[in-house]
Amino acid sequence: MILEKLPGLTKGLPGGELLLTTSDYFIDLGRKQSLWPMTFGLACCAIEMMASYASRLDFDRMGVIPRASPRQADVMIVAGTVCKKMAEPILEIYHQMPEPRFVISMGSCANCGGPYYDSYSVLKGVDRIVPVDVYIAGCPPRPEALQYAVVKLQEEIAKMSLKKGLATSQQEKGSRDINA
Amino acid sequence: MNDASAMDAAALPALKSDQLFVNLGPQHPSTHGVLRIGLTINGEVIVKAVPDIGYLHRGTEKLAELRNYHHCVVLTDRWDYVSAMPNNLVFCLAAEKLMGVKATPRADALRVIMCELNRVASHLLFFGTYGIDLGAYTPFLYAFREREMILDLFEMLCGARLTYNYIRLGGVMVDVSPEWLKRATEFVEYFKPRLDEYDTLLTYNPIFMARTRGVGIVTAEEAVDWALSGPNLRGSGVDHDVRTADPYCGYEQYRFEVPLGKTGSCWDRYFCRVQEMRQSIRIIEQAIAGLPSGPFMAPGVAKIPKPAPGEAYAHVEGSRGDLGIYLASDGGISPFRMHVHAPSFINLAMLQEKLVGMKVSDVIALLGSIDIVLGEVDR
Repeated sequence: MILEKLPGLTKGLPGGELLLTTSDYFIDLGRKQSLWPMTFGLACCAIEMMASYASRLDFDRMGVIPRASPRQADVMIVAGTVCKKMAEPILEIYHQMPEPRFVISMGSCANCGGPYYDSYSVLKGVDRIVPVDVYIAGCPPRPEALQYAVVKLQEEIAKMSLKKGLATSQQEKGSRDINA
Repeated sequence: MNDASAMDAAALPALKSDQLFVNLGPQHPSTHGVLRIGLTINGEVIVKAVPDIGYLHRGTEKLAELRNYHHCVVLTDRWDYVSAMPNNLVFCLAAEKLMGVKATPRADALRVIMCELNRVASHLLFFGTYGIDLGAYTPFLYAFREREMILDLFEMLCGARLTYNYIRLGGVMVDVSPEWLKRATEFVEYFKPRLDEYDTLLTYNPIFMARTRGVGIVTAEEAVDWALSGPNLRGSGVDHDVRTADPYCGYEQYRFEVPLGKTGSCWDRYFCRVQEMRQSIRIIEQAIAGLPSGPFMAPGVAKIPKPAPGEAYAHVEGSRGDLGIYLASDGGISPFRMHVHAPSFINLAMLQEKLVGMKVSDVIALLGSIDIVLGEVDR
């Protein structure tokens, strides 16, 4: 079945009991189809995140199942305003997640501060503390936008290779200057 | 005394444990946001509970001093992001008092319709998440089915699903179309039988009732002492609703009841909200039927208002309780001071006293039944 669908990437060995593919492709295939995000709602965007898990949009069909513990999660969806008091727990949670880990920055607040660009207590972008793989614009973004972000993240994951230390292109570049 | 309990009594001294500190939050899925509660427990019983807020403090009150009055409405959307319409409304009411503007009758009726729709959407979210908190996942899926319909209505109206900025100074953003009214009426008709479905799903579910009935009882005296408001107050049987006690936007012309609880337990607070959805639907029906014609925006609202120096206070019955705003003007383009009387913040304060002596598994039952939104607690 796989041979029919993916003729370019896999090759059946004589006898048909074994097939040949690259380890990168095989690992990435499994990894991108079961992205488990941590339920990490901070503010308004969390409600839209819940909406995407709910009946109409049904995130489960993409293999996205929310986990309550960072130790079981692959991706952290930073959904909402990151305040300075919250920055430390976020960092702690990020380091509790097993590698490889991914971060989706959801909404304008997590991207750059959004409507709170001049607030004294808001961190102007979560990418100042953790490397972000996908940004979603909007205040709040629609649930469809979050699902599109997951698709984009899957595309990124498909490019990961063992040779490069299994880092996504964004992670290789590193985050922006933290002291800026 | 039988053998088993004799054994228990003998084993008790050996089992006596030290006090344990449990950190609930700030990323716990059942805290509905970023609330942290430091719990000191002795076995299963809570000895001390210290709520720690401020993880979502965005400084909105200060930011309002940097924005003009029209821009402030945008900030209000993001306090109580589950029900943004009452937030818009309360700011506009206070600012209109300052400016001496009165909204038109049509705008008033539209405001009532939107606020009540938003109340239903907010209570649906509570209904769904409270089920999840207590281990019932299915009601969440049902609640969001209907909630999405309300959000579709809002999207059709003003283009946003959560942060509407629909209620503006002097009126509303746009008038409703006949098509919108038709769809809203259809939704109301569709929604009424769903409420009975919810009762069979969750309200009278034996497991749910066992977890919530008689748990976290707040007596009427306590509720008044702690200045609770909204369904948390009415769940304890105190008949106070800003819509009837201090009517605004013409609420006095609609016929509706204020549902009251009996004992003040978690289940009563829950049931108040479910009943409130019925009453909201009643109000929406009446408001749509008697929608006055005329302009939807009052004349004479400046592009950049500069109200005369003075103070104003307005309060509305938001989805979580008595939501008030105090505005002071020094004659400039921005408010001199804005203060929010946030019901979530005041309702949350009872945790500290109420949690003491409760079992660990009841913490989430009580916390969920207060229905807080951290955006409003921390602002």
